[in-house]
Formats: sequence, structure tokens, C-alpha cells
Amino acid sequence: MKTMLAIISNALCRITGKNAGAQTVSEGARVVVSRSLSDFTPQATFDIKRCDLHGLEAGPPVRAELTREQGLQYYRTMQTVRRMELKADQLYKQKIIRGFCHLYDGQEACAAGIEAAINPSDHLITAYRAHGFTFTRGVPIKEILAELTGRKGGVAKGKGGSMHMYAPHFYGGNGIVGAQVPLGAGIALACQYQGNNQICVTLYGDGAANQGQIFETFNMAALWKLPCIFVCENNKYGMGTSVERAAASTDYYKRGDFIPGLRVDGMDVLCVREAARFAADHCRAGKGPIVMELQTYRYHGHSMSDPGVSYRTREEIQEVRSKSDPISMLKERLLGNNMASAEELKEIDIQIRKEVEDAAQYATSDPEPPLDELCNHVFASSPPLEVRGTNPWARLKSVS
Amino acid sequence: MAAAARVFIRGAHATLSVPGAGKQSSARSALLKLSPGCSSRLKTQQRHAAHFTFQPEPVTTQYGPTQKMNLFQSITSALDNTLASDPTAVIFGEDVAFGGVFRCTVGLRDKYGKDRVFNTPLCEQGIVGFGIGAAVAGATAIAEIQFADYIFPAFDQIVNEAAKYRYRSGNLFDCGNLTIRAPWGCVGHGSLYHSQSPEAFFAHCPGIKIVIPRGPLEAKGLLLSCIADNNPCLFFEPKILYRAAVEQVPVDSYTIPLSQAEVLQEGSDVTLVAWGTQIHVLKEVANMAQEKLGVSCEVIDLRTILPWDTETICKMCRMVGYKLRPG
Repeated sequence: MKTMLAIISNALCRITGKNAGAQTVSEGARVVVSRSLSDFTPQATFDIKRCDLHGLEAGPPVRAELTREQGLQYYRTMQTVRRMELKADQLYKQKIIRGFCHLYDGQEACAAGIEAAINPSDHLITAYRAHGFTFTRGVPIKEILAELTGRKGGVAKGKGGSMHMYAPHFYGGNGIVGAQVPLGAGIALACQYQGNNQICVTLYGDGAANQGQIFETFNMAALWKLPCIFVCENNKYGMGTSVERAAASTDYYKRGDFIPGLRVDGMDVLCVREAARFAADHCRAGKGPIVMELQTYRYHGHSMSDPGVSYRTREEIQEVRSKSDPISMLKERLLGNNMASAEELKEIDIQIRKEVEDAAQYATSDPEPPLDELCNHVFASSPPLEVRGTNPWARLKSVS
Repeated sequence: MAAAARVFIRGAHATLSVPGAGKQSSARSALLKLSPGCSSRLKTQQRHAAHFTFQPEPVTTQYGPTQKMNLFQSITSALDNTLASDPTAVIFGEDVAFGGVFRCTVGLRDKYGKDRVFNTPLCEQGIVGFGIGAAVAGATAIAEIQFADYIFPAFDQIVNEAAKYRYRSGNLFDCGNLTIRAPWGCVGHGSLYHSQSPEAFFAHCPGIKIVIPRGPLEAKGLLLSCIADNNPCLFFEPKILYRAAVEQVPVDSYTIPLSQAEVLQEGSDVTLVAWGTQIHVLKEVANMAQEKLGVSCEVIDLRTILPWDTETICKMCRMVGYKLRPG
């Protein structure tokens, strides 16, 4: 390991033209090649796309400020989600992850941008494409991957899998689309009732946007002015059905009707952040709910059993990758404004790759949950209740 | 495995231990086997999944020429026959136009047109509600719910609207032309929301019929019966059998009567009643019980869960002996 790092360090020094060893710091397994911070621009302001508005006089700002630290942080977050999802893809193809797996790559800016705009004490709930949010809400990569492989070190103790990951202030991870939206409104009601100035971000997709429960929730949230941000992650396809074929109106930000709405470029992390901040301020000011449509794109198919090219062309996917990739966009901004160096970003990439690799190693080697935990938490009861197994004589204990 | 079996044993204490505990005792542990192909994995990764072997029906010529079909093909064949013979028949649901996520409707849109085979948006309550309306107006409405796990938003429509329509209108209106199809039952990796067997939730609702086939030959006949039946029907298709179950199925229309259980194997000691995938498990169990315990099992496929064939079941149970020889 050390010799490999020394080689990398020397190579990087050659690239930057510095004397080998002069400005390299080795800390254990990490090599940091540093230029003095005054070389970098500490902060810059960027033009971002104007959001389309519905029921609003004014919208989020069209210029966003980004500090170097923030830029690196968003880059790190998005790159981690990207690498984690690609690793999940790999593990799935090796049959180490089984069952259903819905990947989030391409949509990283949504998770990163929203998290940047809200507080850790705010709440978030989404549907099944949840790995990205699980990470941004604070769950370590190894617990996410271990959950995907169904091991006891997983965030849901290995019993939830891809669709059922939870964390404090993150309510999953829900399999039935649309069903999480009334839940989100309920969480928002609790925030309002407790007067803690928290909000709930409730996400759903373009497919789920046609579910009846969503509209019931809109009504309740508007009636009671709940501090709820409804976010429609419009990735243009509900499984294999394009939005034009599923929705009478594809202006998802207007579907709240009497609820104001924003249409946001979901591939630009700064755009998402500014819009989410605007929406959060709206809710916290007691103005009631707001709808945000994030226009985004997923590179993978709906799930691992969907190649993703029978209902859209490879050219389309390629075009989004080359023109609108959220990570590339941020990287160009950072490099173009001298806010970071290419080596620095590459260094971050290497670190992330290693972290993901270690997490995958953990996820593959961790033991499965023991069989006597199979029925735990079916009921909450003391003493534990017995639950019927696969036949009437198999009595299994539900400890909770 | 779908818990779709009842074992009637009189006067015996049969205790089956928790599966996978590693005990080796005749019939019990043989029900649970590690699936093949996992021996190469790490010791920590064991699959405690029950297995079954699909047992095909013998070839029959009573309904005309047959063709080799798996379960989803037999469904397509039934729907094809229906659309051909009934000009009012329409098929709708999520993703049915391109053939469906389980390929049950492949080719039908091209053959019969997009006004007869069409997609709905993602809204189960809407699909069933819309189906009830179409049926009331005279169309033979065949609605697909993508997975039985998703049928619950439509529960109100099925139980409160469809089931009670004829009764509450004094026979002025009815939605008997409605058939709702859904993939059903566990598949091994489906977890919470792609594995459910919800027939029990509907089984106490007068006004609807619930049918679950055990294989392609049964499926086509039973589905055509459901479509022809003058009551709204729920037809659950065991998804694990879609590709695995292959039989010789007649190409023409034929019906298998509803509310009639089928005695697959006669026996004198124990009656085993099941439906769907579990039939194949129980056939194996019956053989094992005979070989290892000397117990003669009767195997009955209930087929129609509601209204169920009380006569056959009661008659068979009365004939069954009381003793269970210790093994």
C-alpha cells in the first residue's frame, strides 16, 4: 500500500511540477498533494437556470453562490452516490445483491442539492429509489451496501433490502408508490404541531404523480398549511412509460393546482439547492406547502432487471451523460473558476473509490442476520408474541 | 412458499419445528432444502427457501389440438381467444400495451388495435373503478393489476363497488363483465411488495369470485370461465410459474367450471387442500408421506377460493380415516 501511494504521490508531483516530497503529506493511507489555499478562488457566483413558477410572484434567485468548501463537499457527495450505485450494479450482476435494486445514478444532484438546502433536523421521505437519499441523510456507505447484500450490518439489519432503508429523520425507502406522500404530510403536521420549525421533504416520481393519494394529500396539506415540500423527481419515465403517455399534464409542478410550484433543473446541484432553500423558507414562513418538480434523468433502467433501452434510445442516454451530467457540470464549474484543481478532484475520486471498495468488502463478508431474528418486530409486545410461520405448527417468536 | 395449504389431520399431534434448524427428521426437513447452486457460496450465505417441482398435467385431447405453452403464454392464448370472439372485450392495465411486465399480453395490441389493448397510468384504484364502469356499460373489461401486492388501493372499489353492484341496484345494473387479473404469490426474491397472496383479504366478500390456477392448462380454462362468468372475478396467476410451468394447452377456447375443486390424488388417511403453486409442493409431500410414513394422502386443488366447493371438501374429509400411524 505505501509503495503504491508513494508512486501515486510522485506521479502527481511530476504533474504539478513540484519537487517530490516537498509538499506531500502522508497520513496513514491518504496522500494529500496540496497547493497553498491562496491559489484557489474561495467563492464564486454562478448563473443558474430560472425556475418556472406556478402560483408564485417571485422564485428562487438566478445566481447562486458557491464556496470552495461547498463545491468540494457537493462533489464528494455526488461522486460517492455515483460510485456506490455503480458498485451496487456490479454486485448485483455478481448475484451478491439479489431481489430488487433501483439505482439512482444520474439523479445525484437532486439528493445533494436538497440536503444542502435543508437541516439535518428536517425530515425526508421518498419512494424506492432511495440509496442516494439514504447516504445524504447520514447513513455510511458500508451500511447501505450491507443492507443491499442482506447482512446484519445493514442499516435495516439486513431485513429491508434496497427499498427499505431508514435513518433518523429519513423515513425510507417505500415500495408502494404514492403511499409515502400522505405519510410525508403527516410528518409535516407533526412538525407544525410541535412548533419546531422543521419541514418535511416528500418525494415521489413522475409515475406516482398520477396516484390518487397524492391529490388527497395536496388537499390536506394546503387546507392545513402544512410545512411540506412536495418534490416530484421527474426522470421522464415511469418504469418504461414516458411521461407523455402517462400524464394528461406533464407540468408536474402545476399539478398541485392551488399549491404554488417550481420547475427546477434537477441536473444542476446549485439550481436544486437554491430552489429547495426557497421552498424551505416558504414552508418555514408558515405559507403552507409547495411543489417542486426536479427535471432529472436516470442512466440505469428502472431496476436491475430493466436494460433501460427498450423505451428510450442509447443516444438519448449518451446525450444526457455528455451534456447534463451533474457531476461533470459541477467539476467544470470548479475547475473553470479555479476553485479546485484537477488533481484534487482526482484525489477525491480515488478516496471515494477506496471507501466504496472497502464498504463492498464489508458488505460481502458480513454475516447474514441470524434466523431467529426472522420474525422480530412484527408486533411490539412484551412478552414477545408468537407469530405463525409458513405452516400452523411453526410458531416463531416476534421479539420487539 | 405461499401459505396456501390446509392439512386436516384428525387425532394427531403433528409438530413441525422451525425450518432450517438443521434437524434431520424425515418429512419435516425435507420440506426445506438449500437451493441448488449455493454450495459454492460462503458458509454464511445459506438460502433457507423451500423448493418445488412443477408437475405438469397429462396431455388431453378433449378440447382439441394442443400446443406447448407456459403459463404466461396460456394467459395470452385465453385473452387472444376472448378478443377474437367478443368484440366488446378490452384489456387495460399498467404496461399491457407492449406485452406486460410478464409478457401476458404480447402481440395483442398489434393484432386487435390500440383501442382494445391499452395502458393506464399508475393508479390501481382508477384502473378498477374504470373497469367497473366499463363493465357496467356492457364491455367485457379485463383489467390487469401489475402485482397482487398493489391491489390494495383498489380494495374499496372491489369490495364496496364491484361486489355489491348487482345487489344494491336490485339487479338493474351489474359489473359481471369485469375480470381483474394479477400476478400472485412468492417468487423467492420478491420480498414485501412483489410476493403477496392477498386472496384471504377478499375471501369473505360476497359478490366477487376468486380463482387461482395451478398451471397453464388450468389457467386458460379457468380464466375463460372467469371472463364468461356473470360476476366480477379476481384471477390470481402464480408468478413463479409464468415461465417454469410448461404444459400442452389447447389452442381453442375451453372452460373449466368455477367453484369446483379437483381431487388430484385419492387417499385414505389425510386430506391436503391447496391452490396455486402449493399444489406442486403438496403432491411431493403426499409422495414422501407415502414412502416414508406409509400415510395415504388425498390432494385436492381448490381452484376457486370464493365461492369454494364445500361439498367436495366436506365429502372428502368425511371419508378420511382418523388414525395416523407413528413413523
